[in-house]
Amino acid sequence: MNIELFSQYLVAGLTYGIIYSIVAIGFNIIYNTTGIINFAQGEFVMIGGMTAVTLYNFMPMPLAIAAAVIITMIIGALIEIVFIRWLVSPSVLRMIIITIGISIITREIALHVWDEKVRALPYFTGTAVTSISIGGVHISPQVIWVVGICTLVVLVLNFFFSYTLLGKQMRACSSNRNAARLCGISAKNMVTLSFVLSAGIGALAGCIVSPITYVQYDSGTGLAIKGFTVAVLGGLGNSMAAVAAGIILGVLESFSIWIMPTAFKDAISISILLLILFVRPGGIFGNKEALSLKEF
Amino acid sequence: MKKTRHLQILILIVTVISIQLLTQATDTSYYLTQLTMSAYYSLVIIGLSLVMGYAGQISIGHAGFFAIGGYMSALLTTHNLLPYKDSTFVLILSKAGLLVSRQDLYGTDLLTVHPWVSCILAIVITIVIAYVIGGPVLKLKGHYLAMATLGFGIIIFRIVLGSSIFGEADGLSDVPAFALLPGIEVSGKMPVRVLNYYIAWTMVVTGMVLLSNLVNSRIGRALRSIHGSEDAANAMGVNISKYKLHTFVLSAVFAAVAGVMLTHYNGGIGPSEASVMKSVRYVAIVAIGGMANLWGALIMGVLLNFLSLRGYFGSMDDAIFGGILIIIMLFAPNGLLRLEILGRLKKAKPKTGTEQA
Amino acid sequence: MEFLKVNNLCRSFGGLKAVNDVSFTLKENTIKAIIGPNGAGKTTLFNLISGFTPLNQGEVFFNDNPIHGLQPYQIAANGISRTFQNLKLFPGMTVLENVMIGRHTHSKSEFLSGMLNLPWTWAEEKKIKKDSLEIMDYLGIADHAGTDATSLAYGQQRIVELARAMACEPKLLLLDEPAAGLNMRETADMAKLITRIRDRGITVLLVEHDMSLVMNISDEILVLCYGEKIADDAPLAVQQNDEVIRVYLGEDDA
Repeated sequence: MNIELFSQYLVAGLTYGIIYSIVAIGFNIIYNTTGIINFAQGEFVMIGGMTAVTLYNFMPMPLAIAAAVIITMIIGALIEIVFIRWLVSPSVLRMIIITIGISIITREIALHVWDEKVRALPYFTGTAVTSISIGGVHISPQVIWVVGICTLVVLVLNFFFSYTLLGKQMRACSSNRNAARLCGISAKNMVTLSFVLSAGIGALAGCIVSPITYVQYDSGTGLAIKGFTVAVLGGLGNSMAAVAAGIILGVLESFSIWIMPTAFKDAISISILLLILFVRPGGIFGNKEALSLKEF
Repeated sequence: MKKTRHLQILILIVTVISIQLLTQATDTSYYLTQLTMSAYYSLVIIGLSLVMGYAGQISIGHAGFFAIGGYMSALLTTHNLLPYKDSTFVLILSKAGLLVSRQDLYGTDLLTVHPWVSCILAIVITIVIAYVIGGPVLKLKGHYLAMATLGFGIIIFRIVLGSSIFGEADGLSDVPAFALLPGIEVSGKMPVRVLNYYIAWTMVVTGMVLLSNLVNSRIGRALRSIHGSEDAANAMGVNISKYKLHTFVLSAVFAAVAGVMLTHYNGGIGPSEASVMKSVRYVAIVAIGGMANLWGALIMGVLLNFLSLRGYFGSMDDAIFGGILIIIMLFAPNGLLRLEILGRLKKAKPKTGTEQA
Repeated sequence: MEFLKVNNLCRSFGGLKAVNDVSFTLKENTIKAIIGPNGAGKTTLFNLISGFTPLNQGEVFFNDNPIHGLQPYQIAANGISRTFQNLKLFPGMTVLENVMIGRHTHSKSEFLSGMLNLPWTWAEEKKIKKDSLEIMDYLGIADHAGTDATSLAYGQQRIVELARAMACEPKLLLLDEPAAGLNMRETADMAKLITRIRDRGITVLLVEHDMSLVMNISDEILVLCYGEKIADDAPLAVQQNDEVIRVYLGEDDA
């Protein structure tokens, strides 16, 4: 294995890994406020990407992306209000099936709104063949965009949850819903907000990766599984650990191509998921005690 | 209790026969093809109903077991062993009468495994995989269980889609007929259409007899107790993990048998049979039928699969199943055939908002 | 030979020592109560004995057989059955079916025999039903056999739970706050029921808050405080034990 190739794989793994982390953070935001795993999380990414590509035909790219993110956020809010808000303490099984249903419907609607074609935004700067050389490693500028924007998202989220009133209210809801309610926080609105936030983040991720990975009406499911793997790997609800876990999964997956056919790439990350679930359901960074306190 | 059970089975048998006679009388026997296929899919669904409704465990990976059964028997009955006919292993197999010679569509000579042998092997392999997967998976709860079973399904899907031995995107075809007994063969050929309708439905009736016996037995009671309260069941001496696992394996066997039979009937199998959407569809049908309701699962299984196979849903096929899934879970989580909604309206008055998850 | 022998049980949650080095013995055919202020570790001790909470340290012997480290269902099969503080009846099942689950360890039909509905399983089912009805009759709830168990009044649900536990034919019965949520009259009935159960030859270990119940029916009382045993004696002696008065009765202003 030569160094050149090695670093190419590393960079590719890193890029995918960061995307997975963003999807995982989307999972975590909703999980933290509601205890629900939103199986339709991947669909937010898909809607974001597809909408941005369509809007790009009419407006400049930054505007198209912003609009796509806002539209997806509205869709996220609608999904929560229509399907989830009014349920009185539904069972986990019921919630799983409902979010799976939402995911299927969204995908099918996307298929009818758009079509089966693969779409992509153009590279933000340069073209598919442009590359920047950093220390002898050639990196596509889009990778820099992905890494940069995702880092920014993580930092902003961190700031939001630690320092803003709204963020603190959401955290209060996640740690003790009833107590939060007694303090005058509307738990229901916080749940809607968490869907909006997580839809927005997913959509943004969908826009910035589409030049590299392309989007299609059914690309959500794959991302959702990877995102969930990462979320579990890092310990459900722990967004900072998700970033590390995402990078680990991305890199592992990228290097798996060395020994396995590409067709099995997904099978590998899912095997990792199963392995983690069997051996350390609290995630590699989580501890068992904390896990046992969580309700599923 | 026992009497209603016998009556239900009797009604099922009468219905099956009347439908066949009806199609014969109205010259619409082409419906039998889809009814036969629906019957096999229903086998998967009643098995899954046992897991979801009675043991209270979700599995979004049952298409995986169907595919294991189908692909294994397809592989073994189509893989030509002629090039290895001089190796000791193949010689032993053929001496033992486990192999058959036949010709494929183009007249090439083939030496393949006998369908009965492949069927049994497929089931044994399914049992082994179900035990290996089920052991650790069923220790998980809620979201983790759902994701793990979903993950299992996707792995199987990826494997059949990515392996040349399983025909990749094309799947396996030219699967021979399966002669259960001389003269009684599972195949989709026109002359045996009626026969195959009865073969399939005999299997469904048998499956229903076995499962309705089971749910009304000591085991069925234990399963329901697990669903009700794992702690209390445990304290009463019910070995929860053992029963969950056995139920899971049993339902996997139902799925695999369905896979084997349908593959012989259709003469092939493709990767779509292993897709996530198939697994979700099975879950949807069980949910619509009312979870712990074998008859509901059977009726809905036949009805929806039949409509879907006849193409009534058109390009909206998946969307319709997704939509049904949401609507049922939102408004009637205990299934359509329970009329729980009416019951709840009555109950709602004296009891005020104490619904607990 | 000791009927039940508990040696140096320890269990902590995080830094909190819920049960700290507790040892005691239980004589056959007696009623022993475990009392103590809230958070004293009574229920934890129960869960340790019945296998619901894994223990950190210690041993439990039942008729000289070690039962620590066994799963709850194995402990149940050994002849120890229990009830729960906040009722855990099986919803959607009738009272009779609930009690029939209690016969689980005394019947043996499995998947294959159940599916094939073999003739011997019919006889077994009949016997399970008969035995269950007998126990329900004994506890006076036979009339409710066909009712959905969770739709009964609270006091009666407690008795159904008791019947279910009795159906296991336990040698030792663990009752977790059997009088919780009952009114005075029901509590008195429960006390009578418990002594009758003991008179049937079943040893009873119970956790209870209601002092009148405990003092009236117990042969021995074990007092826990902050996870430690501070007394283990006959009711009268416990009542006069200075430390018990200080940490428990004194606090309670009794």
